[in-house]
Amino acid sequence: MTDSEEKQPTRPPQADKPGETPAAPSGAAPEKPQAGGEEKPAAPAPPAPAKPATPAAPAASGAVPPKPPAPGAPAAAKPAGPPPPPKEPPLKPAPLENDLVKRYKARFGGAILEAWLDRKQAILVTTPDRLLEIAQYTRDEEKFDYLVDLTAVDWPKREKRFDLVLILYSFPKNERLRIKVLLADGEPVSSVESVWPTANWLEREIYDMFGIVFEGHSNLKRLLLPEEWQGYPLRKDYDILQQDEDWIRENLGIESGQ
Amino acid sequence: MSDAFDNFLPGGKANVETTVLGADEIILNMGPQHPSTHGVLRVKLRLDGEKVVGSECVIGYLHRGVEKIAEHRSYQQFAPYVDRMDYVAAVSNGLGYCEAVEKLMGVEAPPRARVIRTILTELQRIASHLFWLGTHALDIGALTPLFYCLREREEILKIFEKYCGARLTTHAFRIGGLQYEAYDELEKDTERFCRGFDKRVDEYEALLTENRIWVGRTKGIGILNAADAIAMGVTGPVLRASGVQWDIRKAMPYAAYDQYEFSIPTGKNGDTYDRYLVRLEEMRQSRKICLQAIENIPSGPILGKVGKVLKPPPGEVYHAIEAPKGELGYYIVSDGTTQPYRVRIRPPSLVNLEALDQMIRGHLVADVVAVIGTLDIVLGEVDR
Repeated sequence: MTDSEEKQPTRPPQADKPGETPAAPSGAAPEKPQAGGEEKPAAPAPPAPAKPATPAAPAASGAVPPKPPAPGAPAAAKPAGPPPPPKEPPLKPAPLENDLVKRYKARFGGAILEAWLDRKQAILVTTPDRLLEIAQYTRDEEKFDYLVDLTAVDWPKREKRFDLVLILYSFPKNERLRIKVLLADGEPVSSVESVWPTANWLEREIYDMFGIVFEGHSNLKRLLLPEEWQGYPLRKDYDILQQDEDWIRENLGIESGQ
Repeated sequence: MSDAFDNFLPGGKANVETTVLGADEIILNMGPQHPSTHGVLRVKLRLDGEKVVGSECVIGYLHRGVEKIAEHRSYQQFAPYVDRMDYVAAVSNGLGYCEAVEKLMGVEAPPRARVIRTILTELQRIASHLFWLGTHALDIGALTPLFYCLREREEILKIFEKYCGARLTTHAFRIGGLQYEAYDELEKDTERFCRGFDKRVDEYEALLTENRIWVGRTKGIGILNAADAIAMGVTGPVLRASGVQWDIRKAMPYAAYDQYEFSIPTGKNGDTYDRYLVRLEEMRQSRKICLQAIENIPSGPILGKVGKVLKPPPGEVYHAIEAPKGELGYYIVSDGTTQPYRVRIRPPSLVNLEALDQMIRGHLVADVVAVIGTLDIVLGEVDR
């Protein structure tokens, strides 16, 4: 991986920035159990959640209240020695409290709602209001320089209906991280296109499929469906057989596309 | 549709917008029915003379709503659908999906299944690259490589056909392992193909690598430097040709890749010629992996412990594999029922295609054809 690190001219080493100093002393040791250590060939399994009974139910169970993780969690984040062979893989999402999360919390405070580990993959839940700042920080300071994917999940029964999901990867660290933004229907969210240019099309696709509006996007229009199409197909209240009858009649000259 | 180009169409409205652009610029439409766009891709080009000053891709002609369909099928029922995304590399799509669901369930495929999966996936990578090479060369004007490439690809498709009965949309793997045991001569067939294949790659190289026309048409065309490549999120051979040595098979090994030795070829200039060299070398490396894998296929079961009804515990997972075209990722959310709550497919072709605009600016129209070819897109995957 050192190779790829060398060949990234845009990212000069910024390790000695003042903002990073709190993390520096503990930088070397906890490198492995940090976020998103999934699938690392040599790394030991990420912190085995010692207390799996924590009721940190994920998005699946309706509203996610902005509650801080259980106070007992920090101990779980730093295994003393090699973790015991995981007999049962940690399928239950467990709260995550490692250095990465601490850095985010120190910097963004209340904007970081929760952090958990699901199938050994790190997830950070945030509010939409400081997304752009968080994105900038994530790319420049935490070195998650590659936006793998940007997508959304619809939970219609929840007060904040959408999860906007940023899947990130860091070339220098070989780690993945997922940032989830909780959004209500119609709530604006800032585009991260200025941070990761690849977000341009991905945000257009989300707008197309979910109707989430990105503020500051350079060209926010539908990506896959026709421009005049009505409705957002990947919302849960859009039936699988539903279609824009008017558009089909007008443009294809048939009664139904089914 | 009221974009500038449509005003050129017969029966279009008065040509208002083009006059705004100035006398020197014209808008040229390419596709969606155009042999060199490799499917139903439409590109609107803004031209200054023959030079491209801007472009816009219009996609979605093959949109089938695969992600919506996934929410209405059980986990197993959805598996054949993923074959229809990148239909020239169906085996890779299936591997990514099956592994993602396995991870969601917390099960692992048995070692034997993993090795057979690796063999078939690497053969698929060769087949996909062969198809790319043939059509890419054809786009640029070299007719002969297509016949050679399809001849070798045919051998691979025959192996698939013997293994699972299908050549293209194979549905070769099942969640938890494999459904079919390897047929008796799988190793022999793979070996026979691999032994002869190295010389075949030499043949392609003899036709193209030092061919003056080929070099002239590809060197310095569609340059993407490493920083831009990362910013645009491109993956696979396109990223590696820009000098970033990154391959998910090495960075986060899956299937049985951690057992085999192979190298990750990279380019220097990030141009069309380097992408050609990288893919050729990748074929040689895939051949190497296949040869190592057939030497020692472990015995044992081919299907792990999965029930007939799959009910993954609530939660979510992101799993990505190195498909022939780049990072193919599946983000699956489970709500504890038999059907996925949400399946998001991260297609390499879509994200790679996004970089097209940047890569063709300043080049000629004829180079657009070369750059579309070098990106190796499949529209079934772009549109899903």
